[in-house]
Amino acid sequence: MARFRVNGVAQELDIEPEMPLLWALRDELGLTGTKFGCGVAACGACTVQVNGNPVRSCVTPVSAVEGTDITTIEGLAVNAAATLTPVQQAWIDHQVPQCGYCQSGMIMAVSALLTANPNPSDDEIDGAITNICRCGTYPRVRKAIRSLTTTA
Amino acid sequence: MKINRRRFLLGTTVVGGGLLIGYATTRPSKHAVANDTLASNGQSFLTTWLRIDPDNTVTVLVPHSEMGQGVLTSLPMMAADELDADWDLVRVEQAPATDLFANGVLIKGFAQSMGVSVPGFLDGAINKVSEIMNIQITGGSSSVRFTGENGMRVAGAAAREMLVKTAAARWEVPESELTTRLSHVHHEASGRSATYGELASDAARFEPSPTPRLKEPHEFTLMGKPIPRIDIPAKVDGTAAFGMDARLPGMLYAAVKTSPVFGNKLVSVNSDVALQRRGVVRVVELDDAVAVVADNYWRAKQALAALDIQFERTANDQVTTQSIYAQFDTALQGELSEDVEEGDTPTALAGAATTIDATYRVPYLAHAAMEPMNCTVHFHDGKADVWTGTQDNLGIRGRVASISGLDENDVTMHMFYLGGGFGRRLPNTTNTIDQATRIAQQFDVPVQTIWSREEDMQQDYYRPAVTSAFRAGFDANNNLIAWENHYIGKNEPVEAAHPPYSIPNKSIAYADSPTHVPFGAWRSVAHSQHTFFLESFVDELAHKAGKNPYQFRLDMLKDKPRHAAVLKAAAERAGWERNLPEGHAMGIALQESFGSIVAQVAEVSINSDGSVRVHRVTCALDCGRSVNPDTVASQAESGIIYGLTAALFGEITIANGRVQQTNFNDYEMLRLSDSPEIDVVTIESGAALGGLGEPATPPVAAAVANAVYILTGQRVRELPLKNYRFTAAPVERVA
Repeated sequence: MARFRVNGVAQELDIEPEMPLLWALRDELGLTGTKFGCGVAACGACTVQVNGNPVRSCVTPVSAVEGTDITTIEGLAVNAAATLTPVQQAWIDHQVPQCGYCQSGMIMAVSALLTANPNPSDDEIDGAITNICRCGTYPRVRKAIRSLTTTA
Repeated sequence: MKINRRRFLLGTTVVGGGLLIGYATTRPSKHAVANDTLASNGQSFLTTWLRIDPDNTVTVLVPHSEMGQGVLTSLPMMAADELDADWDLVRVEQAPATDLFANGVLIKGFAQSMGVSVPGFLDGAINKVSEIMNIQITGGSSSVRFTGENGMRVAGAAAREMLVKTAAARWEVPESELTTRLSHVHHEASGRSATYGELASDAARFEPSPTPRLKEPHEFTLMGKPIPRIDIPAKVDGTAAFGMDARLPGMLYAAVKTSPVFGNKLVSVNSDVALQRRGVVRVVELDDAVAVVADNYWRAKQALAALDIQFERTANDQVTTQSIYAQFDTALQGELSEDVEEGDTPTALAGAATTIDATYRVPYLAHAAMEPMNCTVHFHDGKADVWTGTQDNLGIRGRVASISGLDENDVTMHMFYLGGGFGRRLPNTTNTIDQATRIAQQFDVPVQTIWSREEDMQQDYYRPAVTSAFRAGFDANNNLIAWENHYIGKNEPVEAAHPPYSIPNKSIAYADSPTHVPFGAWRSVAHSQHTFFLESFVDELAHKAGKNPYQFRLDMLKDKPRHAAVLKAAAERAGWERNLPEGHAMGIALQESFGSIVAQVAEVSINSDGSVRVHRVTCALDCGRSVNPDTVASQAESGIIYGLTAALFGEITIANGRVQQTNFNDYEMLRLSDSPEIDVVTIESGAALGGLGEPATPPVAAAVANAVYILTGQRVRELPLKNYRFTAAPVERVA
């Protein structure tokens, strides 16, 4: 039995301990906001937060997240006062997404970064946000992040 | 403007069953068919693309796919503007994949862009052709410039005229005394007004005019404004549904391994090994592939990996990148087909004071859309349902029908956002769809076929590798008098290899040299290769002539004022070669494609490890007129990053007949840390609308490579740049 909480809800799944969290979320729990992009932790489309830390769920077996609190894009705003978090609102204000497929992972990674480090340097942003966006929304990603930080 | 989540509904949930098509003048008129078959609860179709409800909401049905280019916002803006609709009351639906929504305007637009004039009375015939050919394509940077300009605007204006006529009859006043504003018709003199919703059912009895009065640009209320995209809210909270997100009761998942050598057949597979594993339902053997079907994709994929699959061996097993390039070189020495022949190039070259030769080459490229290829199919009750994101909904409907022997009307398409298109999800690139259909035929539950990233990368329809050989000649005064170019493979658009510059003698020819590597359209198609070749070679010529590369180009654009203006705008905005930091240089490139003219200036330096760093790309573009300036900018940014990724990293190589790259670890992508600043300036020339999805992609590779030459003295004649380790050796600049 795999046991963890997803977006505040306790889950108990009779699945193989080596099943990646991504497929437990998508195929067992029907949470399709978390995307499959590469399967080898190279693109970040599958990024979720485990106890607040960004994790690439496509290579994270469920055995490694036993007993943890997992947040997916669907649950990101659950604890926010509004229906959207400031990061999500910044993504709308700066019209960041294009096809949108990578943006769940991008937003999860940026949200984790800004929680841990509210004023990252450009180098810190570059080091933390290594998600691939094939539509090339990077200039707007950086602008949207910068709109949430105090250093220009 | 507040963004309303209700504004967009995907696909066929609202418009159920029945039929309908784009704006048309056929009899019986299509909007009448739409009203008979699709309208309910007092709804009225005024044209097939516009439905007005009694509560005064206007719904625009868009016959294009949203893949991030903003088409679900820009096309409704065009219709709503001509209709004088209140944008807050506008809703958007993707048009169903049925004959009634086949896109005749698109065919007409492409025909006219190729210089074929299409009189209005042929519209009915063209719509018929679009139905037969299943035309509902999103590609060729065509949505706004063809469907929008010739379809959506006309539909909105015609519907407005029908509403005005209705009010005039109801109030017994002349039409000339009526005005329209924010989804109301007003009669100022009497103070009467009515909502569109109150007038629509009577208005729908009129025929929509094929030639309504269209607004002049100064009358626009929506076009030209940076209206926020309607698809974005769903893309920040995980609710936007892509093809792979289809979830259906009892559905199964298929993982597939196709012969890595294209076209080789399946010989044998030890299916039992997979069938013993948890969740595995069946192993399906296809002509050239094996699929494992299970109750969870990961279980299917693990079981597939455990199989010993044998494919046949053929002569194609010997093919390598090197053998393909050798084949190209041989073809270029053989008989060539004429492309352009102007003046007398052999004589001009023979008499030239100096000549210069150079041969360029670019590799195959994969599309690598972020959403790996996938398709869900359910056969039931002699019908089929298909869930997938595609640039070609009607075409896929026809393809599934033809494979399964069903009537097209028994195949229902369920439409989704595309996790990237870039040409990969266009017609005639249906290998995933074909497999998904054949696998699902063996089940009575829905089966979602998902390609791994490795399959996606190794079973693509690749941007073709091309070799292109040039020879040019100068007279004694360093004027360029002759241009000879021999290249491999003529593809669309046919003008891709034609330089825009005035050169008196031109001889351009090509050789076809087919390989077993499947090829398809890749963002900007043939421009992606030829703009790199042309704009790099022109740069070589400038240096050879001792002229500044910017001025050299400008001097040859005297009869192309729009091109010259765009080139100038890019150079001025970038501050051409002024105030550059130590170790930085600029390169410039220009190209017209899909009706838009784009010039880019790249500011580049060489990293200490010899790799290339692109700091800034300045992009000037003339697309005639910006319908939504913010999506114009975002498409330019996107096109530049896509082209720059290819220039820096893009390379698919062939060994043992198969693609060597497997995933993003060996087919690298540009990331945030490498992403340059991008500055976009648009020129509102008022010319016919040009496309935007593709035109910003072609110039960037040459702009960067031309800057690299300034920094290193090394002319890059082969991409990608990752294969070089440059040493700084600046060349002398000419002011």
